Amino acid sequence: MTTVLRYKFELGCVLVLVLAFVLTQIGVNNFFFFAGFAVVQFVMIATAWNILGGYGGYINFGTAGFLGVGSYTAIALIQWSDVSIVPQIIIGALMAGLLGLFIGYFTLRLRGVYFAIATLALAIVLETFVNNWDFVGGAAGISILPPRNPELLGVMIVDRKGAGIFDNNTEFLFFLISAMAIFSVWIARTIERGKLGRGLNAIKDNEEAAECMGVPTLRLKLVATTVSGSLMGAAGAIFPNYLTFVDPLTAFNLEFAINALAMPMIGGTFTWIGPVIGALLLGTVQQIAIVTISSELNLLILGVVLVIFVVAAPHGIVGWFMKKN
Amino acid sequence: MSDPLLKIESVTKKFGGFTALSNVSLKVHTGERFGLIGPNGSGKTTLINCISGTLQNDGGEIFFDGHDLNGMKPHQRTAAGIARTFQIPRPFHSMTVLDNLKIPIEYVSGIGIGQSEIAEQAMSILETMGMAEKANQETLGLTQIELRKLELARAIAAKPKLLISDEAMAGLTGNEVDEVLEILIGFNEQGMTIIMIEHIMRAVMHFSQRVICLDAGELIAEGKPDEIVKDKGVERAYLGV
Ligand SMILES: Nc1ncnc2c1ncn2[C@@H]1O[C@H](COP(=O)(O)OP(=O)(O)O)[C@@H](O)[C@H]1O
Ligand SMILES: [Mg+2]
Repeated sequence: MTTVLRYKFELGCVLVLVLAFVLTQIGVNNFFFFAGFAVVQFVMIATAWNILGGYGGYINFGTAGFLGVGSYTAIALIQWSDVSIVPQIIIGALMAGLLGLFIGYFTLRLRGVYFAIATLALAIVLETFVNNWDFVGGAAGISILPPRNPELLGVMIVDRKGAGIFDNNTEFLFFLISAMAIFSVWIARTIERGKLGRGLNAIKDNEEAAECMGVPTLRLKLVATTVSGSLMGAAGAIFPNYLTFVDPLTAFNLEFAINALAMPMIGGTFTWIGPVIGALLLGTVQQIAIVTISSELNLLILGVVLVIFVVAAPHGIVGWFMKKN
Repeated sequence: MSDPLLKIESVTKKFGGFTALSNVSLKVHTGERFGLIGPNGSGKTTLINCISGTLQNDGGEIFFDGHDLNGMKPHQRTAAGIARTFQIPRPFHSMTVLDNLKIPIEYVSGIGIGQSEIAEQAMSILETMGMAEKANQETLGLTQIELRKLELARAIAAKPKLLISDEAMAGLTGNEVDEVLEILIGFNEQGMTIIMIEHIMRAVMHFSQRVICLDAGELIAEGKPDEIVKDKGVERAYLGV
């Protein structure tokens, strides 16, 4: 096989990123980038969730907690001294990764539904904490003013008059989240195809047997929660710049937790493409539904679709197509 | 005689107020074929769980090949050279038969072993077990007998010094039992020490060089197979008088 074929996934990643960039440069309506950000952010969140939930079989209900830690780390950094967006994301990812390691250490001995409940409790505890933390706005929330002309390594990123790479912040954020989502998918796929992914699969199938076959189950689960958590944290850290107003209710919204598990389950949990398909599909449908119907009905639709899939296509869209072939 | 490979000293295991193992001591020597018998509920699987580390013994000590197993996690014990089968098969059900074997090979071998080497080793074990044609089959389609053979094959794939087989032959026909016995004796001849738990008396007596019998968590007899079959205590335990 030629080298090109061997790296076709990596090439695909680059192509998608180039496409995202080109879209920001050809005068597409700004609403596309606003809605597109939400969809691509879900690709990242679903992909991150699937590393622990899909490969390892541990259902994390605390996605909102990890996102919230990312968001509020970013807000705290802005409040503290106007730290710029790239370090916001890196530190947000680090904090959420640490949280993943910490939570993992204390909860990963719990199996099945107990783990799920523990992670749900985590999100609630964190939300309560932020509700009472005035430095980042407390329960009332906080407005974030994205910098007018952000620069990166001396290059002007955004300028309304055309002197920067992007004409507005939304375009920039869309490109940035696209790059982050692609990176996450690459990480997930690398894990899936490596020793770690095979070990996590063994854990999902039978944890005790995996341990007795030499798989260091606790260590693998800790790596998975840390990686998964830090990617979620990164997806959360970029959020304040996009929303410009953040309150705990938004940042810790349970809808994230539901979407994070619904999207991989609908797309298919056993391979990286499943969460991507699920998030693109459900994310787009929801963006349309939010505009045309209401966000409550939106959640109902999500629930119904999830139930249908769990019953009729337990291996998701990917599994359904693979069976057909 | 050299140090035993496995040395169990006064091991006790309680479940709440119930004593599943009380003061069990035994030694298994390198290269030995060792039989473990006892009626249902006598504590055989519990003893295996304490050796493999899926249960922690409450009292006593277990030494293996120079390691004090106390505090060692199951995967560390596997790396040290202990592999067990499960009485009720626990295959990795989302994987093919071959992939089931690759897990222990990959994890026990450490880095520096390539995927093709892992696949080759797995395939060679399946061939020895007469399961080569099942290699790419999902475990969901396997019969009960095939699942038991897979349990053995997967444990062997961990390249153990000590293999513990927990009723791997239940449900097999006479011919199949002979076939599995032959395979195990083959691995034993290559240096693998084997503990066999079995209800099929003919099999365990034919296979073992030494046998112990548990009853209600206590070791009631130890000896050569022909001594054990004549033992009054063993007879009582099995007949329930
Ligand atoms: N995890 C457990 N919790 C409570 N009781 C157990 C557990 N495992 C085994 N036992 C009990 O310990 C006794 C010995 O069981 P076991 O070791 O499985 O017997 P054997 O393998 O000899 O048939 C039985 O009475 C069984 O009910
Ligand atoms: Mg048993």
